[in-house]
Amino acid sequence: MTWPHLITLPVVLPLMAGALLVLVEGRHAALAKALGMASTLAVLATAMMLTWQADTGAVQAYLLGNWAAPYGISLALDRLSALMLLLTGVVGVAALLYASGGDAQRGAHFQSLFQFQLMGLNGAFLTADLFNLFVFFEVLLIASYGLLLHGAGAARLRAATHYVSFNLAGSALFLVAVSLLYGLAGTLNMADLAQRVPALGPDRLLLVQSAALMLIVVFGIKAALLPLYFWLPATYGAASAPVAALFAIMTKVGVYATLRMCTLVFGADGGATAHVTSPWLESLALATLLLGSVGALAARQLRAMLGNVVVASAGTLLLAVALGRPGTVAAGLFYLVNSTLVAAALFLLADRVRHARGSADDQLSPAAMGAARTTLGVLFVLFAVSAAGMPPLAGFMGKVLLLQAAGQGPWAGGIVATILAASLLTLVAFARSGSTLFWKPGAASDGPVIAPPALADAPMPTHWAHGASLAWLAVLIVSCAVLAAPLSRYAAAAAQQLFDPAAYRQAVFGAQPAPPAFDVRREMRERKAAKP
Amino acid sequence: MTAALVSIGLGTLCAAGIYLMLRPRTFSVVLGLTLLSYAANLFIFFMGRIRIGALPIVDAQRAPTLAHYADPLPQALVLTAIVISFAMTALLLVIALRARAETGSDHVDGVEAGPEARQ
Repeated sequence: MTWPHLITLPVVLPLMAGALLVLVEGRHAALAKALGMASTLAVLATAMMLTWQADTGAVQAYLLGNWAAPYGISLALDRLSALMLLLTGVVGVAALLYASGGDAQRGAHFQSLFQFQLMGLNGAFLTADLFNLFVFFEVLLIASYGLLLHGAGAARLRAATHYVSFNLAGSALFLVAVSLLYGLAGTLNMADLAQRVPALGPDRLLLVQSAALMLIVVFGIKAALLPLYFWLPATYGAASAPVAALFAIMTKVGVYATLRMCTLVFGADGGATAHVTSPWLESLALATLLLGSVGALAARQLRAMLGNVVVASAGTLLLAVALGRPGTVAAGLFYLVNSTLVAAALFLLADRVRHARGSADDQLSPAAMGAARTTLGVLFVLFAVSAAGMPPLAGFMGKVLLLQAAGQGPWAGGIVATILAASLLTLVAFARSGSTLFWKPGAASDGPVIAPPALADAPMPTHWAHGASLAWLAVLIVSCAVLAAPLSRYAAAAAQQLFDPAAYRQAVFGAQPAPPAFDVRREMRERKAAKP
Repeated sequence: MTAALVSIGLGTLCAAGIYLMLRPRTFSVVLGLTLLSYAANLFIFFMGRIRIGALPIVDAQRAPTLAHYADPLPQALVLTAIVISFAMTALLLVIALRARAETGSDHVDGVEAGPEARQ
């Protein structure tokens, strides 16, 4: 028998640690560092145990507040949620380890904001309630505003103004969509919505469809879908390296929420809303993929290029979701793991490249690089190969799986051609930036590096934690390829589970409230009866 | 009649919010976002149906159905939403002030859009 409350730990643990860190951080930096790391490692360990539990195939539901569904808020854990938790834990450890090499000390409250960000991410992946999803979105957004501004500087403030305003407008839209769904279906529990939305009368058709599409627009903001992604390259480019690495998982929250709603509520049994999103999502995802790749090719700074690579990978993922077949979703999930790890690793590596190049910063122009050139170059090749989808790493396998699955539906030719063209563009972008940074004459001389002017966001001097963090991600990226068989088996099983929404509904509705340890009302009744 | 008034009010709030949100100065943007979040909050509230003089608390006199009572859930939701949007607006104001101090301009891009746009 497993401990039933384990599922709450990914939310409760960072919440407690974050609250404690608010008190500790200003006075004992070393203690705060240890506490933050311990909490993140504990979250990772919990995520591993939960993944192991979820892999039995059963959906676990947990009643917060001990009210039976649909009256209380439920948490639900299936293979997809567990996978996302694990990925958050892994990227969280890498980002925090990197930050402990100096970036964490640049401003106040980095550690506690980091924990709150983890809490928001984990909560969004676990919750089975739409309004609760909104709340966790806000938790992770508030934390991300703080983390983005960490260290400050004019460029960062400019990016933050855009990012915060845009997301505030998105939150207002989210609220409208959620309350419209509540007004129509009378519930916000996702499992209950999945039952009630198909049963709505034809007079509600247009309203419920517009609510569904509004939700997808909101998730599209988070996931960087085409007309809504322009904030991303600037924001990720302006954030400090460990924060940008952690943000690599944030676009995946949008993809996760889209996937969850599109399979559970707006899926094949969705009645009026069945596949309401697919025609829009598919073409927009393809356009996102293509424009992200073109953007990567056009970028003149390394970090702007990486931002566009993140957009392109979000496009690929949303395409896998939009195609809406178990095969494509399985391929998408396989690709998601690798692309998140690689994006995080590349943002961290870009920071080291900036440090090695001094005043040349991350401009894609030749400059001296010093002794770190070989190590950084080798790592860059490793990550670039995986990001661009070249053999033998897992990025390639993900793309192959997706091409195989996408090659069976309607418009297969166009979709496959677009994916391949985008891959080629990304590959050229990486080859160009890699050769400029590491091979051009200026870079080839291991001559003296011109010291950078004192900038607010200049990279930190080399620290062992930077190397450890990059090594951790490199090992994981390689093991994605070595362990491709079990990973793709897990992804396929997760996709199968998503296309069986009945199991999710049964689990949420089947969760029984625990008998109360003491019943105040009964005690009062008995006391009243005992009185003469 | 009430529903029409409510819709017109919400529509006006939304339109004003979106117009201000698209202005180039951070202060107008903050105002616009505030109006937009007011509209969203009112919308949540009215999604529990427009009822006048109905209580959200069940008493012994009337049968506990929504025909006799106001739906308490949207009222709880709107409280959460108000708190969140209030906090976010405060944060955005602080960011806008800092950006004004660092870049020397209250334009949302941190730089003026050129001499001809300023007139």
